[in-house]
Amino acid sequence: MERANATTRPDTPSPPRPTDAGQGEVRAAVASEAKARLVTEGISVHYGATLGVRDVSLTFRDKTVTALIGPSGCGKTTFLRSLNRMHDLSRGVKVTGRAVLDGTDIYASGVDPVTIRRRIGMVFQKPTPFPTMSIYDNVVAGLKLVGIRDRRLLDEVAERSLRQAALWDEVKDRLKAPAAGISGGQQQRLSIARALAVEADVLLMDEPTSSLDPQSTMRIEELIHQLKDDVTIIIVTHNMQQAARVSDYTAFFYEGNLIEVSDTNTMFTNPREQRTNDYITGRFG
Amino acid sequence: MAVTTSSTTPRRTRLAEVTPANLRRRYLRDRVMIGLLVLATLVVLIPLLVIVWYVVSNGIQAVLEPTFWTSDLGSPARALGGRDTGLGHTVLGTLVVDGLALLIAVPIGIGAGIMLSEYPDHPLNPALRILNDTLNGMPAILKGLLAFALIVKPMGTFSGLSGGVALAFVMLPIVARATEGVLRIIPWSIREAGLALGLPRWRVVLNTVLPAARVGVVTGVLIAFARAAGEAAPLLFTAFGNNFFSSAPLRYLTGPVDTLPARLYSLAISPYREWHAMGWGAGVVLLGFVIVTFVVSRLATRQRHQADM
Ligand SMILES: Nc1ncnc2c1ncn2[C@@H]1O[C@H](COP(=O)(O)OP(=O)(O)OP(=O)(O)O)[C@@H](O)[C@H]1O
Ligand SMILES: [Mg+2]
Repeated sequence: MERANATTRPDTPSPPRPTDAGQGEVRAAVASEAKARLVTEGISVHYGATLGVRDVSLTFRDKTVTALIGPSGCGKTTFLRSLNRMHDLSRGVKVTGRAVLDGTDIYASGVDPVTIRRRIGMVFQKPTPFPTMSIYDNVVAGLKLVGIRDRRLLDEVAERSLRQAALWDEVKDRLKAPAAGISGGQQQRLSIARALAVEADVLLMDEPTSSLDPQSTMRIEELIHQLKDDVTIIIVTHNMQQAARVSDYTAFFYEGNLIEVSDTNTMFTNPREQRTNDYITGRFG
Repeated sequence: MAVTTSSTTPRRTRLAEVTPANLRRRYLRDRVMIGLLVLATLVVLIPLLVIVWYVVSNGIQAVLEPTFWTSDLGSPARALGGRDTGLGHTVLGTLVVDGLALLIAVPIGIGAGIMLSEYPDHPLNPALRILNDTLNGMPAILKGLLAFALIVKPMGTFSGLSGGVALAFVMLPIVARATEGVLRIIPWSIREAGLALGLPRWRVVLNTVLPAARVGVVTGVLIAFARAAGEAAPLLFTAFGNNFFSSAPLRYLTGPVDTLPARLYSLAISPYREWHAMGWGAGVVLLGFVIVTFVVSRLATRQRHQADM
């Protein structure tokens, strides 16, 4: 289905780059003190002949949270995974464009995806504990498996990460228990703790709270607020209230295209695009 | 609450209405299915038990004789003359040859399985797959010939080493196939979770994927071991056979050694009743060998699992 794509773009002549165009106030408000941490330039992802996302250019700044929203199947996960080269391993997936982390294109030849992923952490849509490891070993896996053996340090990191992920109180007495033996929501928070333990500079979160109860969800949202001082956060969410609560910027995706991005306030009060408005007011998706 | 259902779309499809009669029928069908499964299990188990009973009842006497374990075989005259004779050297030789085969085949086989499953795009992968399939389809006696050509010829002597290598050839493709198979069913998400932590690929495989596949890999190794432990053909012109204890421990590797399957065969076709009895004894030991290995490794994997808890 070929659609006249250009009409959905706010800017026309130069390479489309929504963050740079028509967002004067936004940049003045936040960007002046925050440097660009991660910048994508025309990222497209294809699954064989199927389009994942097309030509997405976004800027993620230091000390900000960006929410990615849009109906199911619009390419949020696909885009997120392109930011830490997670598509590398899947056969038949083609990623084009650039994703520049602190001045280095992560897709440039010679760049080691492993180093990139140490700096750009990820929490997946579904909980993914390592089934044979204990809760403790799961949390510190990212440190232990690269050779960090200092027991005191590991203990410290484990407790801090579990506290941050609002899981400590529930598991502190059974850290050596197998991770497979805790509930789905607890496993999800464990996955979050594990991602926190490696202290990445950028944190990609794919619907991190979709399997959590309201209490844990609130604690994770608080965590996102706290983390913001050190970490650039990109979060996918289907919950508009959550996007409004936690994010500074919101990007709306639709059918593989980035339709609109602006600061979250503007997005939810006065979106430029009709489709964005329809989506956030619940008229579709 | 009155709900009006439109005539075109019924609110519920009543494909399988639950009535008492209907339920009884379902339970009955369930019982019949379970009955069939039990029957199938018996069909498999009974011949196995018959074989075990037959071997044990014929061989237990020989095995209970202490000299069976402490003496070597010597010439037929020994047994015929009622002097001490046994298969101590055969048991030792089998331990050496089978142990060596495990030592070679387990790491290489698991490695090959990892390669096949985890690195499908590696340029060596297709060659490895062809090699593995070829080895898998090759008759065991040819594997003996292969080891003969590779080791016996250059060394100029039959040896436990060449026997171990020949049996490793038997085990390798089975271990590799089994490992590949189990690794493939480990959810992809585990690998991604590991990679997302910034762990290198091999770390992820070794520390997260392989442990998750542990039980399946062990099963594969056991099947391969049971298969190899019973093979006589590959040992005929590698380990060759020997009627005596070797003079020095190292000779079990560098010189011709006795092995249970090959010895069992030669005893069985010998014309002496005393040797036939000992042959049954060899059968009992061989069975015990495989069973003990199964039980021990099952317990080992179970214990490690419980240690996690
Ligand atoms: N592995 C894959 N192979 C082929 N097509 C895929 C694959 N993963 C995703 N897609 C397709 O790419 C498009 C975008 O999918 P994606 O998972 O990014 O959506 P999403 O926005 O994350 O949706 P959701 O909100 O349901 O998680 C969809 O049309 C989907 O069918
Ligand atoms: Mg998704």
